[in-house]
Amino acid sequence: MNKHLLSAADLSAADVTRVLDTAAHLAAVTDRAIKKLPTLRGRTVCNLFFEDSTRTRISFELAAKRLSADVINFSAKGSSVSKGESLKDTAITLEAMGVDAIVIRHGASGAPWRLAEWVDAVVVNAGDGTHEHPTQALLDLYTMRQRFPSFDGLRVAIVGDVLHSRVARSNVLALTTMGAEVTLVAPPTLLPARVETWGVTVSYDLDAVLPKQDVVMLLRMQLERQRAGFFPSLREYARLYGLDARRLDAMAPHAIVMHPGPMNRGVEIAADVADSIERSVIASQVSNGISVRMGLLYLLLGGPAVAGEVPR
Amino acid sequence: MTRPEGGRGGAQVTRPSGRQTRRGGAVLLRGGRLVDPAGGHDGQHDVLVRDGLVAEVGEGLDAAGASIVDCGGLVVSPGFCDLHVHFREPGREDAETIETGSRAAALGGFTAVCPMPNTDPVADNAGVVEMVAARGREVGLVDVFPVGAVTVGQRGAELAELGAMARSAAAVDCFSDDGRPIREARLLRLALEYVRAFDAVVADHAEDASLTDGAQMHEGEVSAILGLQGWPAAAEEMVVARDLLLAELTGGRLHLCHVSTANAVELIRAAKARGVRVTAEATPHHFTLTDEAARSYDPVFKVNPPLREKTDVEAVRVGLADGTLDAIATDHAPHAREDKEVEWAAAPPGMLGLETALALALTELVEPGFLTLAQMVERLTAGPARCRRLPGHGGPLAAGAPANLAVFDPAARWTVDAGRLASRARNTPYHGRELTGRVVHVLLRGRFTVRDGQVTR
Repeated sequence: MNKHLLSAADLSAADVTRVLDTAAHLAAVTDRAIKKLPTLRGRTVCNLFFEDSTRTRISFELAAKRLSADVINFSAKGSSVSKGESLKDTAITLEAMGVDAIVIRHGASGAPWRLAEWVDAVVVNAGDGTHEHPTQALLDLYTMRQRFPSFDGLRVAIVGDVLHSRVARSNVLALTTMGAEVTLVAPPTLLPARVETWGVTVSYDLDAVLPKQDVVMLLRMQLERQRAGFFPSLREYARLYGLDARRLDAMAPHAIVMHPGPMNRGVEIAADVADSIERSVIASQVSNGISVRMGLLYLLLGGPAVAGEVPR
Repeated sequence: MTRPEGGRGGAQVTRPSGRQTRRGGAVLLRGGRLVDPAGGHDGQHDVLVRDGLVAEVGEGLDAAGASIVDCGGLVVSPGFCDLHVHFREPGREDAETIETGSRAAALGGFTAVCPMPNTDPVADNAGVVEMVAARGREVGLVDVFPVGAVTVGQRGAELAELGAMARSAAAVDCFSDDGRPIREARLLRLALEYVRAFDAVVADHAEDASLTDGAQMHEGEVSAILGLQGWPAAAEEMVVARDLLLAELTGGRLHLCHVSTANAVELIRAAKARGVRVTAEATPHHFTLTDEAARSYDPVFKVNPPLREKTDVEAVRVGLADGTLDAIATDHAPHAREDKEVEWAAAPPGMLGLETALALALTELVEPGFLTLAQMVERLTAGPARCRRLPGHGGPLAAGAPANLAVFDPAARWTVDAGRLASRARNTPYHGRELTGRVVHVLLRGRFTVRDGQVTR
């Protein structure tokens, strides 16, 4: 594996498998009464969040703490960043404080790449602009693997605002690396330029796609996209691309529903679909996120580990 | 930058006595290949310079008392002319000044430069353009021909006092809101008509802002993968088309800045064929780099218009070769280090160009055979001098013409070192690149501004 995790494109199929396997071993820890391992004792992980994302920050924080790392939360609000300090100065400051890893969430695409140039610490991309969110992809793959024996030929539909979605980009990269068959479903205005080069199938018709899928992943649709004119109204969007009970019935019986959260109930996903105990794995995605981030931090910070070395 | 070395011949300079290097002293450039497209020269000719003027051009010249400069293996040409630079003075002297910009220009072989008006305050009145021209004269390393703003404050609302700038001591004959397109077709139409009174030219930055609001780089496969909002080629091309039609309608003189797409080149080619009064320029970065460079997320590659695709780069090269694009202009855009050491989206667009233009043209246009050396020199001299009035520049180097000359080694290899540029800024995208071609001497009205690759003052 690379030193940093910046993009899902940096991960080979072997890397993905290694992260997921390590996460699975570590998940056992969270079942114990004392959910802690001494692995990263003495190491410091900084959560550097320039955007609010409580769930991602908490997930990383729990993952680091369960490995006994010291955790600093550095949020842009109330920090010197809001007083005009540059990302570079923040990086230099954290470096001087001797952090071992920086988990960065930033509104600008590519910010983790800039950061990685300025620090020696390990950099983990926790979402950059409209670019990538590789740990989300890893936890999504982990969740899929719990239900399906193999990624080879697994049919995954990703539905919604692909153009602005970091979740979609990272998932497409990781899933195609693992041999899955990805279909992107969106209004044409919300598909990226030259998406045909991504090695995926593209459709504007959710109903035509649904029956063939093993996994249907819905993306959060934001009101600001309507305001920017990408589609006429959220109501129309929900009608054309929302997953409701009727569409859930059109899915194969074994197929699962995923969502990276936070959800807009009634827009991209109907409430009863989100809460469907048999079909929705949305809650599992959240708990798996901790295990996967533990696995990742372990591999990036814990030294040259092999799966066999992972404490059980 | 490293000194040129290993070039064919190199310059063996006989040290003249101090008096002779000053204005009035005679200099004989001997044994070089004279490439003067405006004068129809391309061959072994000596050039005798006396009293700031070209005294004689010919073979085997001899001149008693002249200091002899051996130009064996070197090319002698008119000094280069850059239609498009940003010197940041007044307002952002921390990024560049007219002095540091002039030094960079001289080292790049230029004797004439045209600073754009997007300063603070904007050069939209006689006072600012006169100040820029006067400061340029004071520095004295390169002739400075300011570009005036078309609209007040470059805000695109009302015409600036174009006549006042044209009639000022700066005698502005080129107007542009560069960096910002003129959104209103009616306003551009009026500007094209109005400047006919001064035989001036309107230079437009072609960009449909409704398609590029928030855009970060060229729209295409790379922007989609990088999650950076795209600047579609069509946003340039539709404005180029509009501008060409308005030039045709009004009979006004239009110049198109930094043409970067294949369709834009084709539109200009077709307009020229039907007699529209249009000239156009292309930058070295648009004929050398593609949007692939953005993959680093290093804003040193962020520029407006953005780096395009390989097919666009090829089209720009072909456009320069067939004369559809009249001039190589650098769009030299210095930025302070802290302004570029940020996230891509937070960085201002623009890159340095003056000190690398010749070498990039030689390395990327002449070496691969897109342009002959003479064509390249034309696009740096007579070409730009056709786009606006640059009196005394661009050739021909006939007896009696001002001795504005560049002497360069077309074979010297050197490596770009951002830390050793004369420009105050460091934002060159070519740091570490090995290039062919180095400026050796530059004369402005017979005086050396650059000698042996060093600025004389």
